Amino acid sequence: MNPISSLTSLFAQAPAAIENGFWFPAPSSTIAAEVDWMFYFILWINIVFFVLILAVMVYFMVVYRRKDMNLPPTSTSHNNTLEVTWSVLPSLLVLLIFYWGFTGFLDLRDAPANSYEIKVTAKKWNWTFTYPNGYADSDLHVPMDRPVKLIMGSDDVLHSLYIPAFRVKQDVVPGRYTSLWFNANRQGEFQLFCTEYCGTKHSEMLAKVTTHPSGEFERWLDQAVMKLDELPPVELGGLMYKRRGCSGCHSIDGVAGTGPSFKGTFGTEQAFADGSKHVIDENYIRESIIEPTAKVRAGFRPVMPTYKGQLRDKQIDGLIEYIKSLKN
Amino acid sequence: MSATMTTAATDHGHEAHGEHHAHHPFQAHHFDTMVQQFDSAKLGIWLFLITEVMFFSGLFVAYILFRVNYPEIFAYGHQFLDKTWGMVNTIVLLFSSLTMAWAVRCAQLGQQRGLITNLIITIACAAAFLGIKYIEYSHKIHEGLLPGALFSYDPNAHHGEGAGHDSHDSEHSTHVTGPMPARIGLFFSIYFCITGLHGIHIIAGMIAISWILYRSIKGHFGPEYFGPVDYVGLYWHLVDLIWIYLFPLLYLIH
Amino acid sequence: MATTEIPAGSGLVQPLGRSTAPDNFLTHTRGFASWALTLDHKRIGLMYLACTSSSFLIGGIMALILRTKLLTGNSVSWMSHDVYNHMFTLHGAVMVFLFIIPGIPAALGNFVLPIMLGAKDVAFPKMNLGSFYLWIFGAIFLVTAILAGGLDTGWTFYTPYSTATNTSVVLATMGVFVLGFSSIFTGLNFIVTIHTMRPPGMTWFRMPLFLWATYATAIIQVLATPVLGITLLLLICERLMGIGIFDPKLGGDPVLFQHFFWFYSHPAVYIMILPAMGVVSELISTFSRKPIFGYTFIAYSSLAIALLGFLVWGHHMFTSGQSKLASVIFSFLTFSVSIPSAIKVFNWLATMYKGSISFATPMCYALTFIFLFSIGGLTGLFLGALSVDVHLHDTYFVVAHFHYVMMGGTMVAFLGGVFYWWPKMTGKMYNETMGQISALLVFIGFNATFFPQFVMGARGMPRRYYNYLPEFQFFHQFSTFGSYVLGLGLSLAAFALIYSIFKGKTAPANPWGSATLEWQCSSPPPHDNFSQTPSVNHPYAVETQVYDPQLGGFRKDPNVVPLEH
Repeated sequence: MNPISSLTSLFAQAPAAIENGFWFPAPSSTIAAEVDWMFYFILWINIVFFVLILAVMVYFMVVYRRKDMNLPPTSTSHNNTLEVTWSVLPSLLVLLIFYWGFTGFLDLRDAPANSYEIKVTAKKWNWTFTYPNGYADSDLHVPMDRPVKLIMGSDDVLHSLYIPAFRVKQDVVPGRYTSLWFNANRQGEFQLFCTEYCGTKHSEMLAKVTTHPSGEFERWLDQAVMKLDELPPVELGGLMYKRRGCSGCHSIDGVAGTGPSFKGTFGTEQAFADGSKHVIDENYIRESIIEPTAKVRAGFRPVMPTYKGQLRDKQIDGLIEYIKSLKN
Repeated sequence: MSATMTTAATDHGHEAHGEHHAHHPFQAHHFDTMVQQFDSAKLGIWLFLITEVMFFSGLFVAYILFRVNYPEIFAYGHQFLDKTWGMVNTIVLLFSSLTMAWAVRCAQLGQQRGLITNLIITIACAAAFLGIKYIEYSHKIHEGLLPGALFSYDPNAHHGEGAGHDSHDSEHSTHVTGPMPARIGLFFSIYFCITGLHGIHIIAGMIAISWILYRSIKGHFGPEYFGPVDYVGLYWHLVDLIWIYLFPLLYLIH
Repeated sequence: MATTEIPAGSGLVQPLGRSTAPDNFLTHTRGFASWALTLDHKRIGLMYLACTSSSFLIGGIMALILRTKLLTGNSVSWMSHDVYNHMFTLHGAVMVFLFIIPGIPAALGNFVLPIMLGAKDVAFPKMNLGSFYLWIFGAIFLVTAILAGGLDTGWTFYTPYSTATNTSVVLATMGVFVLGFSSIFTGLNFIVTIHTMRPPGMTWFRMPLFLWATYATAIIQVLATPVLGITLLLLICERLMGIGIFDPKLGGDPVLFQHFFWFYSHPAVYIMILPAMGVVSELISTFSRKPIFGYTFIAYSSLAIALLGFLVWGHHMFTSGQSKLASVIFSFLTFSVSIPSAIKVFNWLATMYKGSISFATPMCYALTFIFLFSIGGLTGLFLGALSVDVHLHDTYFVVAHFHYVMMGGTMVAFLGGVFYWWPKMTGKMYNETMGQISALLVFIGFNATFFPQFVMGARGMPRRYYNYLPEFQFFHQFSTFGSYVLGLGLSLAAFALIYSIFKGKTAPANPWGSATLEWQCSSPPPHDNFSQTPSVNHPYAVETQVYDPQLGGFRKDPNVVPLEH
């Protein structure tokens, strides 16, 4: 491709690139309008100051350009009134910016008491959103016109949850919970990014945010749960394996991680930490999910959290079928 | 301190001390006078001490944060530190500061023997300090009282007398009261980092004092030229001072 | 000293008609050892200049490779995710620790500071050489880290990623630790030199503003860098022994690392920009043929920036989960630090008023600096405002902002300074037209590279992304084409300078008409800078300098009585 044609094709993209406004994606939460207003306020202050600086600079460059090597006529080299003016005036302006930024920030940080809470787990390199009924998904669905609070934790390193359309962002820190809230007011599908560098596939740690009008969200959630139950057990188990965090410790390729690999274990006899031996069967898997520390395989530490009450029978059955399917 | 230095700096052009020789053998060519040279190095060493304080301050901040957040690990952990040895070490270091200051005085007065004797005593004290630290460290390493992830101390193993340990070890363990808190390893992380870094500074000090001792034996120092003794002395006092803070902060807390 | 027997070239003004000084610091002694073991601040400065510029070249090539990858938002066969991550980390680490931090203070500062001050050398020449070798060791550590597994943490080394990744974090942090001491030694040396090495007549308020700026910088270097040192030491212990101070699994706090890191690294931003402002103050005054406007305000604003700079680190952490109160305080202090910078810009403009403005290459860079730094500074207001920062944090908006300040500011001022002092350093004049075209290309290329990044950042493009969504492609491609223009401009600048060494005309002692002391000795200066203590006037008493067409430069007019401006 020659440079001319590549430049032409570059600029052909321009109109599409800046649809929905030049600076921002379309505002889609109650806070977004406030943030945008603030942004434009600062932008105009900046433009005024920058144009002023530039105009003065260019004017001086033209008028006072060097014509000969003589010394220009002596002029004053200090003026306290001027100094005070151009110190105080910007100070007042930035104080104003500070104050508005600060009040906007408080709105951003303080979630209303009646917020709908969704638990978020970040790990390299995917998101899990868990709803109050226990349903978990790798994309985020939220009701519109209702404050939603995300309570976030990380399983490994720092991540950061960022939804540009809502103008919200919060780091996700291992070992503690952080939260953010928003009130979505536009229907559609929005992009969610990880914005704290977290390793190889940081740029692919993405998710979609779908907003549902009030009433429809509940319907969507019920359907999502039902849809899971309609899946064949092996597929349901595979989905649970991916979405509910099993994959963090149990591999399916035979390599032991924090926990033993699922591959080729079903039906085999294994040694346990207390010295006994058991066959890995349906009952053992079920027990290990509900009461993980009851029987711990030799060579592993009793660190698995219980899933009692978090997985329904159908999902446990699915997992058992899934592990069975990995026999060889 | 700084006031005298700035005045000295602004009028260094004058021959402030008339008895100076035109060129002392240790005057560097880019300095006009010995006074200017001394003032420069003195300001330099003070700035260096400030960087040292900032260097340690990171650890002190970590200490404060974790002490505020998890007071229980400090209450429990400090019981493993031997107050007697800590006290002995404090006295040893204080004494070494005295001999160091004395050495500076001897250099200024041109008392060659006093200078050498005091420097040797200072080095000996530093070595004694490290010896005692070695005893303390090896005891802790033996018991598994180690930083963070390496921490492997088992409180139950020490309830019975002489369970595989000699009586000296279990004597130390019997004073420990209360249940072992989670995160106790953090206490020993801070203990080892901060005392370890201090120990490294002691070793650096010993090297610096040995160098001064070597130059003293060669007869470099006298009333005209004693700067290096003074600078190393200042460094040594700082190292001493840091220990004066460490001892109560780690050993004598409740 | 033997050299003082040769009086020529070492006096205040180069005698008329003499084309080259018989003895200067370049010809004073010869051979590799005479450079490798030199205690001459000028040679150390030149060695720093060569090394930091080479680092800039390496970092720049990495940047161009990264931008070329970003022509497409999809995976490419010639660069994997991991290679990309390693490369942006190294681009950042090399540029920050090997180029920008030592760039102006250690390279230009070392060469110029003692001469400007009227001293024979810095206070501790051996420590100065030691600082240079620490830089070399630090660079070797970084290179070893690259060869032994690379580094993929980002230049910020955030925990717990940096304690978990299997790349050479320990080697790289050791390198940065050593580089920190190099920086401390430079700073310490400058503070002591300015305090104790000033000749009679050189009072604090007769110091050129570049010295005020370097002094303020040195304060930051001495106070802040040790904190980086201890932080990196703790990180190394964390990796080697698992001490857990930053590890949440052991009860530690990963955010504490960020506090420690930024306690150094924010003031470090001022280590980078303050000397640049100092250079620009010199350039604007010299090329306007006017004393600098508001000398005391510029001098004090440097100190104000240095001190306030210590109190704003938390503005890097508005989304980290630090307490609300902390964020509010940090936001407030952040705005306060913008005022002294604004004061400087206004004073530079006022200096140009009624001047005789020459568009020699250094001035082209200085004007570029004002343009780019204004954008960089003003866009900082978005990031200081809490609610807006939450949206912009860790996006390309931030990337654009700090490139406008660090590259458009510091690097451009560095180039201006190099072009300004080049005749003094080498005794050669470069081709003026080539220099001016390079400045123009840098100006165009820079804006084309980084302005689109503001827009795509505000539209939600996160930083440190290997792949990106199609909606950002236009901005990325625009930026990449801009970076090629920028690369071309920088190459031309390098060519103009290097070419002058071989083909350049001999430089006069004072080609620009500045009244500061470094222009009062020959070009290049003699080994000892001044054989007799120079007489010190006000640094901006430009009326004492008259143009002499025979010299092709300026000389001091003995009949003019300098004013106290």
